[in-house]
Amino acid sequence: MATAASHCLLKLYEERHELEDYQSGVPRWCTGCGDNAILAAVQRLCRDEQLRPEKTVFVSGIGCSSRFPHYMKTYGFHGIHGRALPVAEGIRMARKDLHVFVNTGDGDCCSIGAAHWVHAIRYNMNMTVFLHDNQIYGLTKMQASPTSPKGLRSNTTPRGAFLEAMQPLTVTLGVQNVSFVAQAVDWIPELLYDIVSAAFRHRGFSFIRIVQRCPEWLPSLFEPWLHDPERVRLLHHDAGIQISPALARVYRNQEHHDPADIDRAREIASCIDPIPVGILYRNPEVPCYEDLRETDHLRTNEFIKSGLEAEFDKFTVWPSA
Amino acid sequence: MSQADTLKQSVPGVAGRVRSPAAKAVTEIEQQVVEIISDSGEGAQSCGQSLGAIAARMGNGVWTVEIIPAEIRPPARSVAGASGNRIRLGSRRVTNGGDETDLVVALNEQVLLGRVRAGELKPGCTILLESKWRDDTDPRIASSYLQTHEQLVSSGYRVVEVPMERECKTAVADARRGKNMFALGMLCSIYSLDMGMAREQVALTFRKKSREVIDNNVLLLEAGHRWAETNLEFKYRIPAVPSSEAQIVVNGNTALALGVLASGMEVCAMYPITPATSASHYLADVFEKVGGVVHQAEDEIAACAFAIGASYAGKCTVTITSGPGYALKQEAIGLAAMAEIPLVVINVQRGGPSTGQPTKVEQGDLLTTMFGSHGDAPKVVLAASTVEDCFYSVITARKIAETFNMVVVVLSDASLATAQTPFPRPEFKDAWVAPPVDQTPVPSGMRPYDWDAETGLARRIVPGQPGGMHTITGLAHDRDSHVAYDPDINEEGLRARSLKLAALQKTLKPPTVFGDETGDLLLIGWGSTRGTIEEAVERMRAEGRRVSSLHLRFLQPLPPAINDIMAGFDKVMTIETNWSDQPDEAIIDEHNRRYSALAMLLRSRYLVDIDCWTQVRGAPIKPGAICKVIREKLDQ
Repeated sequence: MATAASHCLLKLYEERHELEDYQSGVPRWCTGCGDNAILAAVQRLCRDEQLRPEKTVFVSGIGCSSRFPHYMKTYGFHGIHGRALPVAEGIRMARKDLHVFVNTGDGDCCSIGAAHWVHAIRYNMNMTVFLHDNQIYGLTKMQASPTSPKGLRSNTTPRGAFLEAMQPLTVTLGVQNVSFVAQAVDWIPELLYDIVSAAFRHRGFSFIRIVQRCPEWLPSLFEPWLHDPERVRLLHHDAGIQISPALARVYRNQEHHDPADIDRAREIASCIDPIPVGILYRNPEVPCYEDLRETDHLRTNEFIKSGLEAEFDKFTVWPSA
Repeated sequence: MSQADTLKQSVPGVAGRVRSPAAKAVTEIEQQVVEIISDSGEGAQSCGQSLGAIAARMGNGVWTVEIIPAEIRPPARSVAGASGNRIRLGSRRVTNGGDETDLVVALNEQVLLGRVRAGELKPGCTILLESKWRDDTDPRIASSYLQTHEQLVSSGYRVVEVPMERECKTAVADARRGKNMFALGMLCSIYSLDMGMAREQVALTFRKKSREVIDNNVLLLEAGHRWAETNLEFKYRIPAVPSSEAQIVVNGNTALALGVLASGMEVCAMYPITPATSASHYLADVFEKVGGVVHQAEDEIAACAFAIGASYAGKCTVTITSGPGYALKQEAIGLAAMAEIPLVVINVQRGGPSTGQPTKVEQGDLLTTMFGSHGDAPKVVLAASTVEDCFYSVITARKIAETFNMVVVVLSDASLATAQTPFPRPEFKDAWVAPPVDQTPVPSGMRPYDWDAETGLARRIVPGQPGGMHTITGLAHDRDSHVAYDPDINEEGLRARSLKLAALQKTLKPPTVFGDETGDLLLIGWGSTRGTIEEAVERMRAEGRRVSSLHLRFLQPLPPAINDIMAGFDKVMTIETNWSDQPDEAIIDEHNRRYSALAMLLRSRYLVDIDCWTQVRGAPIKPGAICKVIREKLDQ
């Protein structure tokens, strides 16, 4: 018995994954880029949840943030611009045993991939989606994105962005079947981790918008928020995020918000200053598309054959006896 | 004017008196093209399908094609609104829709005019025309009918006016929707089809309806049969040799869907588009029964990306579309080619460019499927040439996609999509079905792209396999799937992906020549024109012309020995349903003439002066038209 028990322990020890088991290569993001903070939080999540690397897939589109999968020692799918969500949906539909994560930027998700974003919310497939929102196109060198603030000078809007910024949270909360919406900022890593963790644990389409800094193109965009903790409002609730005493001393602008309250969630979502941080909405009751589409059949050749023969029967002209 | 008088006036030889059926002479014929047309929603489709099914059961060769208006409910009695079915019956196997129509049943004269103007009716064609419009309370309708009738008669058509609605009313109380079965009864009489089988077919057609509905329709069928036996002078018999083997009768789209079922693929992602959608309709109905999923995505791009995601993580998947949808999928197809993810794309071609002719046939997508997507994105292209081929092509495509980790495009078209013809019932083989997804640990040292030096092939690693973790990317990458901009690595990847086509080509058999292997003229075709081209070749050979044909199933890569085959003929030309400039146009010469797709490909590959003849009239090419081309080409 003792031998068996120690063998089990040994096996557990051997199979335990450390942080480095999820780390791959040296990220090529700029120093101070918010993507680094997200990567750290996600690698920590994988370690804490002990996700099996071979059962984990990170899917991305195109852009700075979409390099994310390359820095994870898991399976990864670095696809084409805007299409991360439908690729991830296909993966999820084929393989419910895989943990699916999506990294998408504000251009990738809210512009070229906007149609997929709206429908992904509606499908509510079980995956964790990080919207890396730095409010600018980085990889293609500083063009305005849909979330760029009005008046922002960029290479495509040299005299200032013409339109009001799109609010990803209000859009997401407006779609039928929305089941998890949260917001984090890259400069409060503790909460970023807590929110990522809560998102992972929600079964359904968990959407986190992460407000992040771009040190290369918009180095000072969030300076006022960084210097004034009052301009960040922390959402806390027993069923949401709990704020540590240390954090509570710095960030005193807080709101007790029940994530089940979608009306208040929508009000909070439309607030851009102060920036709300926490879980805006969670509804564990929304069915997942992959569950709705699941069939109980074990697909043996014999089973396929009998199904096919039954179909042939419908169309068969038998020889006259 | 009484009905009998009308008949006398219209049809010489049709007597106004009641004749006993036994007295009627039965003419034996080898084949005939029949049409039944009506306004949308009058059931002409099910009449035509049923006629085809009965004839097939009797052992006749059958080819049915739907006549579909572009709108769901075009206005009643409109020239452009003809909806119905075109059925070619033959003693032997029928491989195409044949030439112009010999006999047509029309429920009003306006839809008939549409067919006349399209040149679809043979001179002297027999027309069985619903006569109720003659006495319509709306004087405009009555006069339009009379005028059209007169015009048809004076154009030499054999017009038989049939009081269909009146006769139906004597058979059943509510006859508004039953004229199609009355027409079926008439056709069963005209072509001496077995009424027992016809009754069974009616029961099958209405199997989801109540007993009462079935009984009423059988009554209508019998009324139509009785009326024709009594009132029509002519009666034909198309001798049939009943098949000794079981056959299935489906259209090309259903055959494609059955192929998806048989291939063991589990996911079909699609977006609705004519004329491909009916394949997905059928699949949606049956796929779940064998554990599959049809996902209707939010758009064509998403459908393709979804399929790629599912394929990447599991078994090869399929996305079904038509031209405009194919254009939208191009970028994603390039990703699958770059990352070497197996994928089957079915393109049921329609008229283009842009929205073009959604319900009409065209072979306009060959070059875009071969060369589409940017950069060098090698993919396999094969074209189904028969309804049976639609079934087997999908199975073949799945297998190639998974063996070579490539995108395989299966081309069909609007003609095959709705064409129904019997083919031997397939016998299931385990080899058709995709193997289970490999979840074994990846041997240490194995890399995600271990390209074989000779063939470019690499084993695919699937998520879930321990030790195989890597990130696939649409960026240039090395054997570890790491992003790499090194010039040598870029060329190594391009080379490997290209060589896979050559490796596949080495496994292909030379195509078989139809007719002699040497002669004066070789016709080359691809896709749905096969039966038509071969019938034309057969007719011309019977006239002593030295013509043969070659039909290509694989377009990319091309099978071996095509140049050797062409060398056996003085002249070579392709026959295609896509655009080519006419050489006799004032502005056209050899420096600017745009050749048809296949002609262009063959000319560039084999450096042979290959001509082309094409027709893009939104309808299948007729064998008679090709005969004319053959004569002209040989007499040049």
